[in-house]
Amino acid sequence: MTGRAESPTSQRLSTGVQLILRVLHHFAPHRWTHARLLKWGVTGRTLVIAVPYLWLLLFFLVPFIIVLKIAFSETQIAMPPYQPLVHWVGDKAVNLTLNFGNFLFLLEDNLYWKAFLNSLKVAGISTFFCLLIGYPMAYAIARADSTKRNVLLMMVILPFWTSFLLRVYAWIGILKNNGLINNFLLWTGVIDQPIVMLQTDFAIYVGIVYSYLPFMILPLYSNLEKMDLTLLEAAQDLGCGPFKAFMKITLPLSMPGILAGSMLVFIPAVGEFVIPTLLGGPESLMIGKVLWTEFFNNRDWPVASAVAIALLIFLVVPIVYFQRVQARETGGGVHR
Amino acid sequence: MASGARNDGRFEPWKAPGAEPYIRIDRVTKKFGDFMAVNDVSLKIYKKELFCLLGGSGCGKTTLLRMLAGFEEPTAGKIFIDGVDMAGIPPYERPVNMMFQSYALFPHMTVEQNVAFGLHQDKVPKSEIRQRVTEMLDMVKLGQFGKRKPHQLSGGQRQRVALARALVKRPKLLLLDEPLGALDKKLREHTQFELVNLQEQLGVTFVVVTHDQEEAMTLSTRIGVMNAGEIVQVGTPSEIYEYPNSKFVAEFIGSVNMFEGRLIEDEPGHVRIHCPDLDGNVYVDHGVSSPPGAVVFAAVRPEKIVLSRDKPASADNMAHGIVKEIAYMGDMSTYLVRLDSGKMARVTQPNTWRHADDRITWEEPVYLNWHPSSPVVVSE
Repeated sequence: MTGRAESPTSQRLSTGVQLILRVLHHFAPHRWTHARLLKWGVTGRTLVIAVPYLWLLLFFLVPFIIVLKIAFSETQIAMPPYQPLVHWVGDKAVNLTLNFGNFLFLLEDNLYWKAFLNSLKVAGISTFFCLLIGYPMAYAIARADSTKRNVLLMMVILPFWTSFLLRVYAWIGILKNNGLINNFLLWTGVIDQPIVMLQTDFAIYVGIVYSYLPFMILPLYSNLEKMDLTLLEAAQDLGCGPFKAFMKITLPLSMPGILAGSMLVFIPAVGEFVIPTLLGGPESLMIGKVLWTEFFNNRDWPVASAVAIALLIFLVVPIVYFQRVQARETGGGVHR
Repeated sequence: MASGARNDGRFEPWKAPGAEPYIRIDRVTKKFGDFMAVNDVSLKIYKKELFCLLGGSGCGKTTLLRMLAGFEEPTAGKIFIDGVDMAGIPPYERPVNMMFQSYALFPHMTVEQNVAFGLHQDKVPKSEIRQRVTEMLDMVKLGQFGKRKPHQLSGGQRQRVALARALVKRPKLLLLDEPLGALDKKLREHTQFELVNLQEQLGVTFVVVTHDQEEAMTLSTRIGVMNAGEIVQVGTPSEIYEYPNSKFVAEFIGSVNMFEGRLIEDEPGHVRIHCPDLDGNVYVDHGVSSPPGAVVFAAVRPEKIVLSRDKPASADNMAHGIVKEIAYMGDMSTYLVRLDSGKMARVTQPNTWRHADDRITWEEPVYLNWHPSSPVVVSE
């Protein structure tokens, strides 16, 4: 704690605590640590930032290195089911074996390529539909009057109050052959045979679009809500009809929101595992499902890890691109 | 004042008999829910005029401007521009352009693209667009800045881009909402004259909304003073200043000393008002149209009062008091004098001499007097 940060808080503390703090301040070890920390450039501010970084280091970077390590090792029937990378040879020499076979295997067996491409396709189409449905919703919420706006936003966030898994299960009840939709259509006589919807790609799309829609709506909303509406009046004043004004002003200015929403839907949708497993057919090939099968059914931890690493690398590219664009947009001063 | 020079050219189409107004606002009312934003306003604005709508915030001036632009529809009444009824015509089909208070420049477009925007909507050929944009940017002295984005410009430059964007379409009528509001004082004074020059050069009719009376005085051919949704007076700057028709206008434009009193003598050639706050009566050398005995206000501008140590000759139009405050402003000084009645009076005197050792100073007893032509008699 720095002296500067201490003073405003200590005013609000009781006199007893103040006394303890004052004594502590003159207490030799405390002063010594304080001085030493400052010498290293550690202040209250860096400490505050350090906590989340430490958290990420511990629970993201360390597990990632473990997975990376497994990806380069070889399978063995043991516990754990992979060979260590590092052997001690004799007393002093260390033998490091890197096994690229797992990654080569991903290239050889076209199952992985197909699963990956299919995942990209499913995620891409789902993102497109999320945008198609989400943009008008976000637009309507952003332009609604302020009392209605909060209610509408609440309704977008409301599904998060229920477990994600439960919501996906609920879709089984809606889509299955004797589910809600089929029963209703049969009852009205529109169809005489139930339409097979569950365990098809259609069900996967429905599930992903439904589950990820809020992630599209929220960034779009926050973007559209900030927009200066006099810009639209200016466009109209200069001869633009309302639709053209939307295309030339609102749409380009909402590009950061579109990108943010699309990334938030696309990236998790590529690795999506629960929805294709529960709603999709057994032949629906998605990379998340393949990873699960490798890990739990085949117990091939090294190949599963290689799949995970490959997926990560493929997804990092669009994320970096997205951040570049965002940095450019904010640097470019979209909002004055 | 620039307006004086403008009036010397005798540009007074509103006085010409049978002149056709360019804009005719006919008993226009606008309500927002229960709130009466604009109340039964009628106005005639002529071609090539620079007409200012002047008033405090919430007086309805911006609403009136937005109705001209087409962003709001009148609740009642009609607006004619160039003889055409504007009812139901959307903003993008009106022969009108507007300069917004916030400038509303498109942040994702360069200066050139901003200016060209309106021409693209009109399907003007590409080569002509380029030529007109360049011409316009040169005119507002922004030729070097065409490739910049709005956020890379200063406030004054943005203001000129907004002006160029509105003018490049060669509108017959340009609406300006607080055009100089966001500029600092020095730049504002400079831009005022530029704006007037540009307007005369292009022959466009300007309707300007402002809350700044100094701005209105400098810019306009005529001013419409608004209060609580109504037009209270329309006239040239000097008419509004020298002949205010109500206490509100007299107090709103410039500063003024208001002496409440009662008409005791009412002749066609002069009136005499008994004011309890003053030592003598107020004698005015022109007639007024109020019944004898009515409560009226004699409004005297601070610069029309003379301070002296000697008792003035006439018993009318004078008062005695003690100087309480002096504000030295360089070109002139403002004196706050407490009259014997306790009322504070404001007097401004030009500082004609650099070394004036015997200048009237604090706590000095002084006499105030003014010419019989100076007071304006207004009622509540």
